[in-house]
Amino acid sequence: MPESLAITKISDLANPTRFLGLAARILPWMAGITAILFAIGLYLTFASEGDYQQGMTVRIMYVHVPAAWLSMMCYSVMAMSAIGTLVWRHPLADVSHKTAAPLGAAFTLIALATGSLWGRPMWGTWWVWDARLTSVFVLFLMYLGLIALNRAMDDPSRAARVSAVLILIGFVNIPIIKFSVDWWNTLHQPASVIRMGGPTIDKEFLWPLLIMALAFTLLFFTLHIAAMRNEIWRRRVSAQRRMAARMAGRTPAKEA
Amino acid sequence: MSHTFYISASYAVAAIVMLCLIFSVWLDGRARQKELAELEASGIRRRSARPAPTDGASS
Repeated sequence: MPESLAITKISDLANPTRFLGLAARILPWMAGITAILFAIGLYLTFASEGDYQQGMTVRIMYVHVPAAWLSMMCYSVMAMSAIGTLVWRHPLADVSHKTAAPLGAAFTLIALATGSLWGRPMWGTWWVWDARLTSVFVLFLMYLGLIALNRAMDDPSRAARVSAVLILIGFVNIPIIKFSVDWWNTLHQPASVIRMGGPTIDKEFLWPLLIMALAFTLLFFTLHIAAMRNEIWRRRVSAQRRMAARMAGRTPAKEA
Repeated sequence: MSHTFYISASYAVAAIVMLCLIFSVWLDGRARQKELAELEASGIRRRSARPAPTDGASS
């Protein structure tokens, strides 16, 4: 019984009208909590000490690392939605991966730009074609390609199916990004937070980093839900315009 | 260039990109709501949003 109840609840959420109702209720709360988390995170960021080697440039980590995590998490959300499109052919899954792509591109751009700005004073270079940086750049290009594909195709359900296949093929890049620092000799440092054996980073830096990561994650989900709501509205507008055009076409025929 | 430049530039880039994202989603939502309101005002509604017939035709 509890299992069937859970399935019913999930299928209820998959109904676009129910989703719109839920979005209207939770979006103000999510936006408020995101703003509070950013305020706490930024306070902790600027109250924290500098690193003994990197000095104050360690503060770049508090925007670079959450953006980099989100660039991969967003693609994982898109991959799950792509499965929803291909297996269940659910329109809400189509909407989910279509609207997540610009968000993923934006967070990947932040990760690349802040990484470059951190690399210059610490490594002495803006950019190197090492495995980590190159695989993240490929991820950025994949996001741009998916945005272009969705804009190029008029039929949203056809665009969603083609995108879903490409998203799932491209998902191979996510473990490559994660483990690139272990598999190849890179200028980029290996993982120091999400790793076997626990974080190696000092608590002085870990807490502001975790709060900022939470704030970034909540910002992503707030924007994703809002963008999904906008896309549902966009599809309703075009459906209603088509209906109005059909009705306008029928009226003169009846009169004639 | 000093470390302060790299730190400020990083936070500025992150803030600009995130604010652009927030405003684009917000403006898109407002534009779609306006379009839906205009369609409703011109009498075009979704089938599920139309009022139920009151003349007993449905029974």
